[in-house]
Amino acid sequence: MATVDVAVPRNISIDRSLRGKRSDIPGLAFQLAMLACLLVCLAFIVVLLVTVFDDGIGVFQERGFVLSAFPTELERAIDETWTFLTNPQGVEGWLLCPLVLVGVPIGLGLAARARRWRLVLGVVLGISVIYVAAAFIGTSSFLSANVSSLSSRAGVAQGIFGTVVLAVMTAVVAFPLGVATAVFLEEYAPDNRFTRFVQLNIRNLAGVPSVVYGLLGLAVFVKLASSVTGGRTLIAGGLTLAILVLPIVIITASEAIRAVPQSLREGGYGVGATQWDVTKTLVLPNAFAGILTGTILSLSRAIGETAPLLLVGAVQGFFTTGDANVLQRFSGRYTALPQIVFNWRGEANTDFAISLTAAAIIVLLVITLLANLMAVLLRNRFEKRW
Amino acid sequence: MSSVDGALLGLEGDGRRVRREQRIRRTFWGAGLSTLVISIAIIVSLTANSITFLANIDVGELLTFDTWSPRIGKFDVATLFMGSLIVTAVAMVIAIPLGLGAAVYLAEYARPRVRRVLKPILEVLAGIPSIVLGFFAITWIGPNVVVDALSGQSDFSLMTAGLGVGILVTPLIASVSEDAMRAVPSSLREASYGMGARRMTTVVRVVMPAAVSGIVAALMLAAARAIGETMVIALAGGAAGEAHFTSNPYDAGLTVTSAMASVAAGTDQIAGGGGQGAGQAFNSLFFLGLLLFTVTLLLNMIGNSFVRRVRERY
Repeated sequence: MATVDVAVPRNISIDRSLRGKRSDIPGLAFQLAMLACLLVCLAFIVVLLVTVFDDGIGVFQERGFVLSAFPTELERAIDETWTFLTNPQGVEGWLLCPLVLVGVPIGLGLAARARRWRLVLGVVLGISVIYVAAAFIGTSSFLSANVSSLSSRAGVAQGIFGTVVLAVMTAVVAFPLGVATAVFLEEYAPDNRFTRFVQLNIRNLAGVPSVVYGLLGLAVFVKLASSVTGGRTLIAGGLTLAILVLPIVIITASEAIRAVPQSLREGGYGVGATQWDVTKTLVLPNAFAGILTGTILSLSRAIGETAPLLLVGAVQGFFTTGDANVLQRFSGRYTALPQIVFNWRGEANTDFAISLTAAAIIVLLVITLLANLMAVLLRNRFEKRW
Repeated sequence: MSSVDGALLGLEGDGRRVRREQRIRRTFWGAGLSTLVISIAIIVSLTANSITFLANIDVGELLTFDTWSPRIGKFDVATLFMGSLIVTAVAMVIAIPLGLGAAVYLAEYARPRVRRVLKPILEVLAGIPSIVLGFFAITWIGPNVVVDALSGQSDFSLMTAGLGVGILVTPLIASVSEDAMRAVPSSLREASYGMGARRMTTVVRVVMPAAVSGIVAALMLAAARAIGETMVIALAGGAAGEAHFTSNPYDAGLTVTSAMASVAAGTDQIAGGGGQGAGQAFNSLFFLGLLLFTVTLLLNMIGNSFVRRVRERY
C-alpha cells in the first residue's frame, strides 16, 4: 500500500517535468477533440431516441398502453391471465395452460435447490414476463390491431406476429447449422487450403449486403422451391433471414469455441474420450455463453432487416388474416415490423407517415434493443478469463 | 492434432464407437459445406438472371449517363453508381473522423471503467435497424442539418441519405479500429514515452501507424457496408422508381441498392413474378445485385486481408 501511495505523486511530478512545467495545450485540445467525437456519436443515439419517442408516443397515449394507466392495466392483465389459466380456450390455450401451470412451480422449485438452475429460473421468468406482456398487448389497440387503411384503426399485430415467427425460424435454422459449421471449422477440419478457403468464404459472406441475400431468397426460396415454401410466405422469409445471419453466427461461435483452452480438450482426450465426447461435454458447454451472445446479436440484426423482406415478398399494403390460425398463417401473406415501418412511411397521410411510423419504430426498437441488452449482459456475466 | 487422432484410433477398440465418430464427423463436414453451397447459390442465381437481362436489352444503354427508369425501359447504371458514390463519400466524410475519434478516445484515453460503460452504448448504436436510421434521417437530419445548416433545397436528397448512412457506419469504424489500436503492444507506447514524447505524439505518430492496417480494414469494411446499405437511402434519397443522372449531392437520387428496393416495392408482382411489364425490371434486380455483390466482395476481401495482417503481427 505504502509504495502505491508514494508512487502516484512521483509519477505526476515526472509527467510535469517532462512537459517542461507547462500544461500541454495541444495535447489537451487533441484529447478533447477525440472526446467530442465520441460524445457526438452518443448524442446521435439520444437525439434519435428522443425524435422517435416524441413522434410516436401520441399514438400510445390515444390508443391505450399509457404509463399513467399502468395500475389498472396491470390489474386487468392479471385478471385476464387468471381467466385464461382457469378457463383455457382453443388450441393455444390448451397448449399454454399446462406449460405455465406445470412449468412455473417446477422451475421455481429447481431454482431454489441449486445455483446452476438460476438460468432455468431466468428462462421461466422471461416466459412469464412475455406472457404478461402478451396480456398487455391485448389492452392497446395499436398493438393488437391489424394493418388498416384507416389511421385510427391501424395496428401492428400482424407485424409483431411476423417478426416473432421470422426470428424464431431464423434461430431454429441458423443456430444449429451455424454452431455445427463452427465446430467443424474449429474442431474437426484439418488446417489445410480447403478449410482456409471455407473460412475466407464465410468472412466474405458476412460482408455481402442484405439486399443480395434478398435476391437469393427470391430466386431460390420464392421461385425455385415454391412448391416447398409456398412462394411469398413466412417460410421463405425466415429461411432468407437465416442464411443472412448464418455467417455472423458462425464467426461468433468460432471465436467462442477458439477461446476454450486447449488444455481442457487434452484433459478430455487423456481420460479416453472421443473427439465428439470432448466437443459435446467440454468444448460446447464452455463456449455456450459466447455462442448464445452471438446468436442473440444476429437475431436482433435479422429482426431489423427490411430490404431482404421487401424482395422475398412481405406484403406491401393492407391485408387481412381473418381468423386463420397460426399454422395457416405460415403459408399465407405476411408482414413484419420493419416492413410496416417502410410501408407507413410511404403513405401521404402524415398520421401514417409520422406518428404511426414512429410508434411502430418504438415497438421495433424495444424488441431489438432488449435483445442487444440481453446479449451484452450475457457477455459480461459469463465472460471467462482462462 | 493428427497424432492425437492416431492414438485415439488405437485406443478405441469398440467398432460402434468408431462408427459413431465417423457419422458425426460426416455431419459436421456437411455443415461446413453448407456455406460453400450458399455462395454458389448466390453467384449462380445472380449471374443466370443477369445474363437474361443483358440478352434482352441493348447493352449500350447501360452507360448513357441519362436516366434510370425501369418502367420506360431506361437502364442507365451510371446514374445509380454516381448515386452510390455520392452517398458513400458523404457517409465516409462523416464516419471517418467521428469513428476514428471515438476509437482513439476509447482505446487511448478513457479509463477502463468509463470504457466499459461507453463501449456497449456505442454498440447499441450499431444495433439500431437501418430503417429506423432512415426515419431519423428524414425527420431530423433532413430538416435540421441538410436544409437549415447546409441550406439544401429539400429534406430528401442524397446528402440526407449519406449523412444517415454515415451515422450507421460510424460504430463499425469505431469498433474495428479500436480493436486494432488496443492490439498495439504497450511496449511501443512505453518506448515512445521513454523518448519523452507526449501522449498526443504517441497516439498520432506511434499507435496509429502501428494500427494502420486495422484502421484501413475498418474503412474498407465500412465502405462496403455503406455501399450495400439500402433502407436509409430508399427512405431518404427522395427518388422512387426513376432518377436522372446527377453529381449534385443536394439532388434527389437513387443508388444501386435503393433502385433495387424501389423496383421491389413499386411493383407488387415482382416477387409473385406475374406481371408482364415486370419482366425486365425483375431481371434488372439481379443485374444490379451482381454489380453490388462484386464491388462489396472486392472491398471486403481487401479489408479482410488487412484484418489478417493485424492478427499475424502481434
